[in-house]
Amino acid sequence: MTAEMTMTDIRFLAPETLDDAISAYAAAQGAARILAGGTDLLVQMRNGVARPGVIIDIKGIGELTDIAEGADGSFTLGAAVSGAVLGEHPRFGTVWPGVLEAINLIGSTQVQGRASAGGNLCNASPAGDSVPAMVAAGAVVTVQGPKGRRQLAVEAFPAGPGRTNLAPGEIVVSFTLPPRPPGSGDAYLRMIPRTEMDIAVVGVGVNLTLADGVVTAARVGLGAVAPTVLLVADAGRALVGSRLEDAAVDAAAAACRAACNPIDDKRGTIAYRVRAAGVLLRRSVAIAAERAGRN
Amino acid sequence: MNAIDNKWIGQRTIRPDGADKVTGRAGYSADNAMPGMIWAKILRSPHAHANIRGIDTAKAAALPGVKAVVTARDITEFPVDTPVMLGIQDMRWMSRNVMAREKALFHGHPVAAVAAISEEIAAEACRLIEVEYEVLPHVIEIEDAIRPDAPLLHDFLRHEGKPSNIASTMVNKLGDIEAGFASADVIIERSFKTRPVHQGYIEPQACTVSCTADGKVTIWSSSQGQFMVRAMTALLTGIPQSSIRAIPAEIGGGFGAKTVIYLEPIAVLLSRKSGRPVKMVMSRDEVFRATGPTSGSMSTVKIGAKKDGTIVAAQGTFHIQAGCLPGGPVRGPVGCSFAPYEIANVLSVGYDVVSNRSKVTAYRAPGAPLGAYATETVIDELAETLGIDPLELRLKNSAGKGTKAAYGAVFGDVTFKETIQAIRNHPHYAAPLDRAPAKGVRRGRGVASGFWYNAGGESSAQLNITEDGNVTVTTGHPDVGGSRASIANVAAELLGIDHSRVSVLIGDTSSIGFSNLTGGSRVTFASAMVVTQSAEKVITQLRERAAKIWKIEPEAVAWSDGEARPAGANAGQFPPLTLKELAAKANEMGGPIGAGVQLTTTGADPGFATHVVDVEVDEELGIIRVLRYTAAQDVGRALHPDYVEGQIQGGVVQGIGWALSEEYLYDKQGRLDNASFLDYRMPVCSDVPMIEPVVLELPNPKHPQGVRGAGEAPLVPPLAAISNAVYDALGKRFYSLPMSPPKVMEVLGG
Repeated sequence: MTAEMTMTDIRFLAPETLDDAISAYAAAQGAARILAGGTDLLVQMRNGVARPGVIIDIKGIGELTDIAEGADGSFTLGAAVSGAVLGEHPRFGTVWPGVLEAINLIGSTQVQGRASAGGNLCNASPAGDSVPAMVAAGAVVTVQGPKGRRQLAVEAFPAGPGRTNLAPGEIVVSFTLPPRPPGSGDAYLRMIPRTEMDIAVVGVGVNLTLADGVVTAARVGLGAVAPTVLLVADAGRALVGSRLEDAAVDAAAAACRAACNPIDDKRGTIAYRVRAAGVLLRRSVAIAAERAGRN
Repeated sequence: MNAIDNKWIGQRTIRPDGADKVTGRAGYSADNAMPGMIWAKILRSPHAHANIRGIDTAKAAALPGVKAVVTARDITEFPVDTPVMLGIQDMRWMSRNVMAREKALFHGHPVAAVAAISEEIAAEACRLIEVEYEVLPHVIEIEDAIRPDAPLLHDFLRHEGKPSNIASTMVNKLGDIEAGFASADVIIERSFKTRPVHQGYIEPQACTVSCTADGKVTIWSSSQGQFMVRAMTALLTGIPQSSIRAIPAEIGGGFGAKTVIYLEPIAVLLSRKSGRPVKMVMSRDEVFRATGPTSGSMSTVKIGAKKDGTIVAAQGTFHIQAGCLPGGPVRGPVGCSFAPYEIANVLSVGYDVVSNRSKVTAYRAPGAPLGAYATETVIDELAETLGIDPLELRLKNSAGKGTKAAYGAVFGDVTFKETIQAIRNHPHYAAPLDRAPAKGVRRGRGVASGFWYNAGGESSAQLNITEDGNVTVTTGHPDVGGSRASIANVAAELLGIDHSRVSVLIGDTSSIGFSNLTGGSRVTFASAMVVTQSAEKVITQLRERAAKIWKIEPEAVAWSDGEARPAGANAGQFPPLTLKELAAKANEMGGPIGAGVQLTTTGADPGFATHVVDVEVDEELGIIRVLRYTAAQDVGRALHPDYVEGQIQGGVVQGIGWALSEEYLYDKQGRLDNASFLDYRMPVCSDVPMIEPVVLELPNPKHPQGVRGAGEAPLVPPLAAISNAVYDALGKRFYSLPMSPPKVMEVLGG
């Protein structure tokens, strides 16, 4: 890549199979970028942050754009499925309303026509909205590269701000969300100073399963308060076995605050972020529990 | 409110520029292109404060594709000891703002510019320019800049005889301030801070410039005044105004900030050097870093009153950020803060403070919102202390006919009382408010008022009758807020013809007479005046033509409903002659029909506004939302109600952003840290409720249609109104803006 390289020097590929995409990606030896919706990549290119020699558009690959509900009730989402398409799916939003809300918070209505959960994960921003909800959901991400296919938990995917644990040549293929037991509900809330068109100062995803009013499973994902999105296991543990009494929810909120390792920046102070994490945990739990009661 | 029997004035006609704007055809600054055009980019200072020891442009100039390089050496130098005023702008400072001369004064200050055959090459050439900087300590905030040991930006500035960052002092005085306070039963004194906010126009600055071999310059750019563009460019390049033609593009928002230029003189010099048309377009990052914003402020206001609520003394001290060069809007807070009230003893003092920020520019009612924020908050506290309703306290003290303002005016028929009464009588003010709708949620209501001078000034118009009997009107004012639509209504009304037969255009500097800036709430006032006088002259011509055809005296011809009619003793003797019929006969009966008027307009009356707002506070997250907002303002006459309401709604929305979320944030190196719409948080549509404008029309007797002006006053009250409402909700006062969530949580504690 040379300094004189301009937009016109970029090769654009739109493979129709995953194998073709992976070969092209490997062949480019690090000079290529994967394009799903492009809502992060094109902005980075305009800013001069990204100057790829090859762009590989994965939207033409079936497996990356499918939404499949398994016989066991699990869901598999192609990495390039846009927020708008997912929002129109007849079932997904009723089973995973929190995950859908989180994905639908990415960008504006126009951006939703392109932006995908796969791209949001690969952008590896600690403030990515879909990621805490996916972590709470216990989603597993399937990746494939020259050495084959593997799966990892969503919370194991980011390595730091803007960095992932993808091996060289690997592409995100899909997310798998587990089957839902009866009495399950999820929710995602974020704090932004505006009402929309903003970036999370704190984001909390909560996923609960209740049986006879007792929490049997709970996962909490926490965003924008540490270098990567966190699975707050202590918060989940504080809720499991409880009837969501104040003490249990307070303990979960305290676990979220304790998990925070934020920075002071233009988007929020450390003190503010830590405090808001606890508030949003409480509010997300209330919404998830209400949803669980209906399912 | 359309009490007068008008057919077109006061109607919501379709704006002449509407179709082009909604279909994307309107030509804004960056839409122009020319054969052979090249691109220019600016190299900006990476330091907040540095001496420039030397600039070596040799490598940049040698890069293939580079056609011209300029630095401050190419721009007219104005010595620092002699003012060169152009309106309120001093060209000594404008010259140094457009391109750093002795010193780089802020991060982003232009240092050099390059024109090349592509944007990429121009940008690459900028990287090849070698600048030797001597980095100096910088200062950003007012309180730091006025310390005795502060780094000094300019060795030529003196305050009280000593070198200082205070560039100037302004004092408005009335009565005896000490005697006034001595007679007060209650005195409240508070200090306030506000942060700089950007005007936030959607269209970045841009221009295309062609300088031909014979030295003729044509400039295409959007601005709030093509004549300002021509004059400033002429002064900064040494090219006579007669050789410069400035063509106004459609403007994508200005709000005061486009009353100065940044790019045009640089593009002219690059075009002259290269012999090629040159185009420049700022990025959003450059707009945030290096244009505007308006000032942050540090104020103290002290008000004394009798137990019955009579205000007997008011004192204000306003430190206003100028940015890196003198010229902050000190006149706004000093003059406007106490002007709505009849107060016998006033001392209002303002200081213009420089620091290592981009030079501030005007922003709707420049400076007045800063002063009103302080004054109207103290008045709210005074009302509470005295146990008087805040609107009643304002009514009791409101300025009226004959009131002498501290800034010097003696008011005529001013209408402040009416705006207070309009809010007091509005259902909003009496509507029940659920103060605690849920756990952790509080609601409150607040009011505040505001004042703006309004203005007249120079305007030119030409009204011509086309050969087929229709009308073209040309004015010299860029249309920022719907002025063409208003002028079309006026021309149709006066000529008595259908609105669709009037075409309103904005002339360039070579096709219409001098017209001052679109700003200060003056354009509809001033241009309606010159268009009215032009129309009256044309009507006289039309009556004369009809009289000639009928062989009667012109005085015996009346103009009515778009036709000449014989009147008086001759009434009914001849069939009327329509505008079309007279136009068809024009050339044989004396020549083309048309008239122009060029005038320094006078008679602008001040504008007053009173607002009421309901807010809701999330006590756990510190988020404040505006639930309901009602804004009353006397505009004199709403020539086109849509655009008057739009002015009021837009001003309020900008005030909401100023109060709650917008601020310039700097890092430790003095670099702006939030130069994007993501992190510079202007409200988005979902952040604001529908703003309800209450448009009062109490005609200005000194204007043919009664216009007062509309654009500035609506941005004056919101900062205090919202702050007062937040106090009403929480029982805690904020003395600094914005009331952002982290700040709210700090005040709430825990």
